[in-house]
Amino acid sequence: MAEEKKSIKLIITRQDDPDGKPYEEEFEVPYRENMNVISALMEIRRNPVNAKGEKTTPVFWEMGCLEEVCGACSMVINGKPQQSCTALVDKLEQPIKLAPMTTFPVVRDLAVDRSRMFDSLKKVKAWVPIDGTYDLGPGPRMAESKRQWAYELSKCMTCGVCLEACPNVNDRNDFIGPAPLSQVRLFNAHPTGEMHKAERMDALLTEGGLQDCGNSQNCVKVCPKGIPLTTSIAAVNREATIHSFKSFFGSDYHN
Amino acid sequence: MADQEKREYNLRRLHSLLGVIPIGLFLMQHLVVNHFSTYSEEAFNTAAGFMENLPLRIVLEFGLIYIPILFHGIYGVYIAFVSEMNLGRYGWFRNWMFMLQRLTGIITLIFIGWHVWETRLANAIYGTEVNFDMMASILSSPFMFWFYVIGVLSAVFHFANGLWSFFVTWGLIITPRSQKIMTYVVLVVFVVFGYMGIASLIAFAS
Repeated sequence: MAEEKKSIKLIITRQDDPDGKPYEEEFEVPYRENMNVISALMEIRRNPVNAKGEKTTPVFWEMGCLEEVCGACSMVINGKPQQSCTALVDKLEQPIKLAPMTTFPVVRDLAVDRSRMFDSLKKVKAWVPIDGTYDLGPGPRMAESKRQWAYELSKCMTCGVCLEACPNVNDRNDFIGPAPLSQVRLFNAHPTGEMHKAERMDALLTEGGLQDCGNSQNCVKVCPKGIPLTTSIAAVNREATIHSFKSFFGSDYHN
Repeated sequence: MADQEKREYNLRRLHSLLGVIPIGLFLMQHLVVNHFSTYSEEAFNTAAGFMENLPLRIVLEFGLIYIPILFHGIYGVYIAFVSEMNLGRYGWFRNWMFMLQRLTGIITLIFIGWHVWETRLANAIYGTEVNFDMMASILSSPFMFWFYVIGVLSAVFHFANGLWSFFVTWGLIITPRSQKIMTYVVLVVFVVFGYMGIASLIAFAS
């Protein structure tokens, strides 16, 4: 098999700085076996010359784990938001089109700022509070079957792909998006996290919260970790219904 | 917890509830009464006359029809405005339903505006008689006939698909399986009431 595919064509949407104007640049990089989009980008970084043979700035992108668990390298590849580390060149149609996710502010080229997702996790209190001035002890046990189920929800890596695909996450709408909704379900299900369920629900039902979901169900289709996002959303919807009834008809304390 | 912060949540839930109760119920009732037109002119006039002579009619109309529809319609336009269609990239079934729900909502709002003017306000202002003949004369124009066909089908679609969303929004169907079965249930709702609406229009027009 003498070098049949000699090179890979890429069309990259670039942007020099957060306020810059996006523009497209074409690249051709030498083909190697088993390349992913990141190794193609590394090739450009090594030799920043575009398809016309002009010297250019190296394309900037973010990456971390290189095994689809950190979520940092998400971008829109041939129109589909996904992680560039697990996007294999052999499985992609050429020219490979790379663009930053549009839901987030662009930092530079393919790197985006996903701060809003982390802010949302803080907003909905997506954690189990155990810090204190003394040892709280081991806490209640969790059934193994439940742990296995919860593990699937815990795979969320805040990669932003579900927000990118959601028609209700846009400039006119302050919807926090599917990912944090599912995290609320995860932490509400945890035996210790459950103790703060009402607080979490109160936070989730504020402006831009759960109610802004429009059931387009794109999120569950694009999630790279196969998280049952729409099941989570419906489950949290039920929780919200119960929570509201308890708040209105119930007593002055409920969890 | 300050209730002020949950304003949007409360409005969205109210919007969802009103779409089914009372608006959805009223729509079904309306289509059932209209369907009497397929039996005979007298049957329709009797059925419509029964509705017309319900006690406290004006209270019923405002409480169960005008105010809920105005709120649902105006807030619905806002909901449609803050969403961004992306079918080009994600052409899946539910995303189509998402888009169609908003589109049929707008069409239905325009249709209802015209329909209320023509068949209710005209009666209140000019004393136009509302009966089989009135509908027959409106629908004798092919343009109006098709306008009504599109309006009725939009309304029924918006109700059927909205019923599905209602079940999800209130947490009544959670699993993908229950949501799928509900999709078939609301499809039946769409077919049955869509048929009744169109059959009535044809009966009026012929």
